Amino acid sequence: MGGNSTDTMSLKLKIWRQKNSKDKGGMVDYTLDGVSPDMSFLEMLDVLNNKLITEKGDSISFDHDCREGICGSCSLMINGQAHGPQANTTTCQLHMRKFKNGDEIVIEPWRAKSFPVVKDLMVDRSAFDKIMAAGGYVNVNTGNAPDGNAILIGQNEAELAMDAAACIGCGACVASCKNASAMLFVSAKVSQLALLPQGQVEAESRALAMVDKMDELGFGNCTNEAECEAQCPKGIKLDNIARMNRGVIKGLFAARK
Amino acid sequence: MSNIKKLDGKTPAGPIADRWSDHKFHMKIVNPSNKRKYHVIVVGTGLAGSSAAASLAELGYEVTTFCIQDSPRRAHSIAAQGGINAAKNYTNDGDSVHRLFYDTVKGGDYRARESNVHRLAEVSSNIIDQCVAQGVPFAREYGGTLSNRSFGGSQVSRTFYARGQTGQQLLLGAYSAMMKEVHNGKIKSLTRREMTELVIVNGKARGIITRNLITGEFEKHMADAVVLATGGYGNIFYLSTNAKASNASAAFRAYKKGAYFGNPCFTQIHPTCIPVSGDHQSKLTLMSESLRNDGRVWVSKAKGDKRPPAQIPEEERDYFLERIYPSFGNLVPRDVASRNAKNMCDAGFGVGSTGLAVYLDFASAIQREGEDKIRARYGNLFEMYEKITDQDPYKGPMMIYPAIHYTMGGLWVDYNLMSNIEGLFVLGEANFSDHGANRLGASALMQGLADGYFVIPYTIGDYFASNKFEKLDPDHAEFDTALKASKAKYDKLLAINGKRTVNDFHKQLGHVMWDNVGMARNEAGLKKAIDQIRSIRDAFWKDVKVTGTNVDVNTELEKAGRVADFLDLGELMALDALERTESCGGHFREESQTEEGEAKRDDENFSHVAAWEYQGDGEKPLRHIEELKFEYVKLTQRSYK
Repeated sequence: MGGNSTDTMSLKLKIWRQKNSKDKGGMVDYTLDGVSPDMSFLEMLDVLNNKLITEKGDSISFDHDCREGICGSCSLMINGQAHGPQANTTTCQLHMRKFKNGDEIVIEPWRAKSFPVVKDLMVDRSAFDKIMAAGGYVNVNTGNAPDGNAILIGQNEAELAMDAAACIGCGACVASCKNASAMLFVSAKVSQLALLPQGQVEAESRALAMVDKMDELGFGNCTNEAECEAQCPKGIKLDNIARMNRGVIKGLFAARK
Repeated sequence: MSNIKKLDGKTPAGPIADRWSDHKFHMKIVNPSNKRKYHVIVVGTGLAGSSAAASLAELGYEVTTFCIQDSPRRAHSIAAQGGINAAKNYTNDGDSVHRLFYDTVKGGDYRARESNVHRLAEVSSNIIDQCVAQGVPFAREYGGTLSNRSFGGSQVSRTFYARGQTGQQLLLGAYSAMMKEVHNGKIKSLTRREMTELVIVNGKARGIITRNLITGEFEKHMADAVVLATGGYGNIFYLSTNAKASNASAAFRAYKKGAYFGNPCFTQIHPTCIPVSGDHQSKLTLMSESLRNDGRVWVSKAKGDKRPPAQIPEEERDYFLERIYPSFGNLVPRDVASRNAKNMCDAGFGVGSTGLAVYLDFASAIQREGEDKIRARYGNLFEMYEKITDQDPYKGPMMIYPAIHYTMGGLWVDYNLMSNIEGLFVLGEANFSDHGANRLGASALMQGLADGYFVIPYTIGDYFASNKFEKLDPDHAEFDTALKASKAKYDKLLAINGKRTVNDFHKQLGHVMWDNVGMARNEAGLKKAIDQIRSIRDAFWKDVKVTGTNVDVNTELEKAGRVADFLDLGELMALDALERTESCGGHFREESQTEEGEAKRDDENFSHVAAWEYQGDGEKPLRHIEELKFEYVKLTQRSYK
């Protein structure tokens, strides 16, 4: 537990600063001493911000909220990797014990045309809400539901659907993809609902609508590099993209009938 | 004392099981084609807010939602782990609507309104059905039916779950329903907005002022009703399990406009959090109390025992919850589990480097059922624990300590979930209504969704159909005044240009709250806390340093605005705790305990809700009361022995 590690670290930080969406922005160097290995990465930035405020500077803006790896707010490209070096981990759950004294750490925002920078490390991910609004749901109104046990779902299907549903919508998949594709995000939702009987009725139209919206918003296509899977903090699998493509193709045939 | 009111909760009469259906029949209904003429503002998009927004839009109302995050999907309901209760009795173990009702009133230590709780238990089943229909991937048995587990404070298995991330899945279900209505053009979703003022016109809530967190602009929003679903105020303690942006400002702004604040001192401490590791700590991480189903809580029988846990033999361990509460054991309610952990640490039996922790041990469960079964149940929690602490809970016990987690208190509402201000509805954790003085595990998700899916859609219609609404001019004086007041507050914060950071003040307030208005409270401590909070507040308004400007993103300014409200609310909480000289649920007054050290209620003098009315800055607020009548649940001293 914390408190075991008494040695603190000194770090060289290169951080993207950008006043607002119109500003050009650039990298700024900072040094930070006294970093405890028990700090989370965001707590390290808190300490830096505290220093900046005390020295009358403007603090660095970054998105964060729950700080327990589930809200999907936090982001950051850390030394070129989305959410940093630890697999299956969001930035807020990444701890400084993964770094060494004297390390240089480069911290940038998500880089994608569809995620414009708002300020410093904060980006606008509202495109994800727009994709969800295009079809990421079952069309069922409140009060319309049959008894929960009237719909039997095999344990295996429920588990597979849950695997896909674990997506936190952080955008790491887009940021790590050279095409800035949102296929992993879209396919996670499409798969979750396609795997469940409740989502079957609209499976094909949903896949088509969400992919169309994704294209319209300027996200790229998938060229099977699998960077998204490697950097996803929630372990969302590429299989979902295959499953979704099957749905899209079926949907295209159905639409042409 | 003639100004003190006896509040009417407007609960319907008749047998309790019929009250909600009778009330639904007697409420007025807005004609389907007229619903589009009404505009509803929903502030907050957690479970309560997003389910309300979706359901109201489906009915045909025009809805605008507001959230502080960059997407409605990120509200802090997402972090709820363990599950959601419902009286389905799928497990055939004797559950029923009446039992869920009974357990909730008893668990809340008899400080909740019976009628509200019964309605909650009644609609609990519908919530599960609705979520299943949306595609929420609840855990399933081999035969395809829904799985259940038991949860702290309950003797039946009525908790539905989706791995250790039930809140996430339920919120994504409600968020999806909301996005469906965005697509249908019935919901306008405004993100990165903070409500800074409630606007009342001719006695009715008619809109809000927001600050756009990207541009710094203040904006006017008009409507026919305002729904606050803005969550609790646990972050007043600085370290809590709440998300960093969770705050009390929307509710507190409403309080300052005349909405009564109910039972502000009722806060819940969660027993199974990861202990504090150092000064840099920015928040506390909760682990679902479902862990207590299989984990055994213990400390060494010897004070200050510094041996590693593996070297402490079985006979030298004190499984104190099992020892003190043989029938409930490790599954006692949260307040009881938390207080006992604190007692053990205060007495010198705490473990770990700080002595502020107890062990939660899975060795017997792993031996009994195998590591795979335990991994299937708690894999993600174990992984989270290891990420934070660098210790493997499959190999040795976890260390846990209580932390502030939930606030039962909140804005006072009647049976229709309307506050004393007409047209201001308050849902979910933001209201005070259903959990009394202590909330049972897996009941927060139930209440948030009950309010949003199944209560507000009925009661708001009755309000619209029973009232007339004048059309408002965008330049209406009340909106102008409120906008100017909002802007003035933020300008003032920026102008102070003192020496101490916002976090510094927040931490100082948090320490005072934790030490004196936390797990155990007494008269001297509470009086001291009130003095200390006042001096922190004075210092804050003279010496806070807020960098940046009022245009563009300024997260320091956002925090400063929230801490300013916490500093006022802290005093109100301490005052409420001081005046309630009994112990009940999460409110433990040291002066009022049984010989065994359990919370001792004073039903003769305190079987009521305290609803505080703001009287002006520096003035003591008025303490109104709503008497609680218990016709169906027999008041007993809670015993989990």
